Amino acid sequence: MQFLRTIFMIDFLRGFWLGLKYLVRPKPTLNYPFEKGALSPRFRGEHALRRYANGEERCIACKLCEAICPAQAITIEAEPRDDGSRRTTRYDIDMTKCIYCGFCQEACPVDAIVEGPNFEFATESREELFYDKDKLLANGDRWEREIAKNLELDAPYR
Amino acid sequence: MILATVAFYVFATGLIAAALLVVSARNPVHSVLYLILAFFNAAALFVLLGAEFLAMVLVVVYVGAVAVLFLFVVMMLDIDFAELRQGFMQYAPMGVIIAIVFLFELAAVGGAWVLTPAITAVENPTPAGITNTEALGHILYTKYVLVFQAAGMVLLVAMIGAIVLTLRHREGVKRQSASVQIGRKRSEAVELRKVRPGEGL
Amino acid sequence: MTEWFKGINDALLDFYWPNAFWLDIVGMSAMMLLFIVVLLLMIAFMLLFDRKVWAAVMLRRGPNVVGPYGLLQSFADLLKFVFKEVVIPSGANKGVFLLAPLVSTTLALGAWAVVPVADRWVFADINVGVLYIFAISSLGVYGIIMGGWASNSKYPFLGSLRSAAQMVSYEVSIGFVVITVLLTAGSLNLSKIVDAQAGGMHHWYLFSHLLPMAVVFFISALAETNRPPFDLPEAESELVAGFMVEYSSTPYLLFMLSEYVAIVLMCAMMTIMFLGGWHAPIEVAPFTWVPGVLWFIIKIWVIFFLFAMVKAIVPRYRYDQLMRIGWKFFLPISMFWVVATAGYLIAFDKLPG
Repeated sequence: MQFLRTIFMIDFLRGFWLGLKYLVRPKPTLNYPFEKGALSPRFRGEHALRRYANGEERCIACKLCEAICPAQAITIEAEPRDDGSRRTTRYDIDMTKCIYCGFCQEACPVDAIVEGPNFEFATESREELFYDKDKLLANGDRWEREIAKNLELDAPYR
Repeated sequence: MILATVAFYVFATGLIAAALLVVSARNPVHSVLYLILAFFNAAALFVLLGAEFLAMVLVVVYVGAVAVLFLFVVMMLDIDFAELRQGFMQYAPMGVIIAIVFLFELAAVGGAWVLTPAITAVENPTPAGITNTEALGHILYTKYVLVFQAAGMVLLVAMIGAIVLTLRHREGVKRQSASVQIGRKRSEAVELRKVRPGEGL
Repeated sequence: MTEWFKGINDALLDFYWPNAFWLDIVGMSAMMLLFIVVLLLMIAFMLLFDRKVWAAVMLRRGPNVVGPYGLLQSFADLLKFVFKEVVIPSGANKGVFLLAPLVSTTLALGAWAVVPVADRWVFADINVGVLYIFAISSLGVYGIIMGGWASNSKYPFLGSLRSAAQMVSYEVSIGFVVITVLLTAGSLNLSKIVDAQAGGMHHWYLFSHLLPMAVVFFISALAETNRPPFDLPEAESELVAGFMVEYSSTPYLLFMLSEYVAIVLMCAMMTIMFLGGWHAPIEVAPFTWVPGVLWFIIKIWVIFFLFAMVKAIVPRYRYDQLMRIGWKFFLPISMFWVVATAGYLIAFDKLPG
């Protein structure tokens, strides 16, 4: 019996038939740049610094994010501003160090630093990945609607 | 016809040049590669002679099989060239003698060919109307069939001898039996057992 | 083949095979160039087809970015290879290193000289066509050995040894398969082998006593051309990329090209020896309208589809298993079949010629 199976290559023919069936099956692959998969509201992508509705930046320079960052990617320097409020003068994230763990946004008491839904920020040089405060604030302005929506969707579970 | 003449001189020159390079190349692997080139040129000369079957067989057997083994051996060898060259002068006189004998024989062949045309009287060894291969087959399997078979036997004995000389039966070696492995069925190989917690099998 | 096509065919051939010496050379060169261009274009799309089939069985899409449906992917790859830097290892034997891919490609393309793609459409209709292809494909080992040795590195060397041993072993069984076909057709001329199968599918050697030999030939061809599942010389997990490890840019491209030319050559051999070459599968009206070349190409693509499917569905063999199949399985079977075929032909008085 086994001999006949080997001689007539039954196993190979069955494998071939299976292969043919898979050949014509619809492909589950997403056609990436044109099609994208759904992202969870908790998705941890590119960082952003948010502002309040009146345009005031949220960050109060408590440095909790800098302290918790396991990759030590965040660098913060702070001074009192002219109006006496405590603000950052420098807020850098080295995106090449960042491991996207999300601890910074967990640690933030004012929801200032968040990881937004954007994951397509590949650059051509390392230097472009050393984000400073301006870049992070600009990100916040750009992605505010998505970020606010995600935070709202995720709020019931926190 | 002029094309054939040009081709002959091209291949003949190539053959001689390759043969010279075989003996003069410093790297033995290069020597073997030149040897292959020489074989190839010889095959081309056979084609020009109208012996296409011989040409192809030369390429298949010598270039495709023998020279590959040659190349294998030479590539694997770790040859010290300096040491190899030391005995050169010692063997030189013998080499010269052999070369002279060869030269003499070549001259004899050439002389006989020029002096007595009757030796090469068979102008076209292939009878008209059948191909080269067929002609060879006709003569090889009728007139020379016994010799042919005997040659085959000699090669077979040589092959078996080589295997016998190198065969070692080692005890206690685990060997694979593919047919047994393939022939195994699920029912023989896997058994589902109910395992209660804390008891084991 | 219809009458009009035969007419055009003969007119073309009479025009391109004139007796004038210089026109002969120019015409022949032009025809060869045309042939090579067409062949390479076809191979470019076959490469894509190969990858597409492979991807489809794995439920992927395959290359689909360059051009519509990724049709231009092979040309993008070509440009990428050509514009890269040629890296020659410092310890390499430079001459042999650069010669190896050239040898591979030249030999692979040279074998096509005797392949009849249609009635009378062949460059050299020599009487020992099968032997010629056999000889050339046995020479193909040298490109690989030279490449592996000249790289002066261990992985390429081991890869080339594996590859050479594999090709030499499987050539033996291919040789015996070819002999069974020769016995049945009664000629070493490829055109005559094709013509012996004229007159419809039931005359094809695939559907005769040679069916097992067709299977053996197919599998041996896979091993001979280092195709999966027998692509041990370039088994990534063991030897990185085999004899091609040190190659980059155009030399690498030439190696890849020669590999695929050899694969298509094996498909063509399969077509010629078992699938009736340029003859239509059914000798009735709608099929005979199609020119012979197209039938030949269609058959090559069908065989190549099998090559691609095998690549997709069969896991890679281990080296000793590969050698076991070659020497302990295919060699006895094909040897036995040579004797059996000869006996059958004599017993039923079917000897040709």
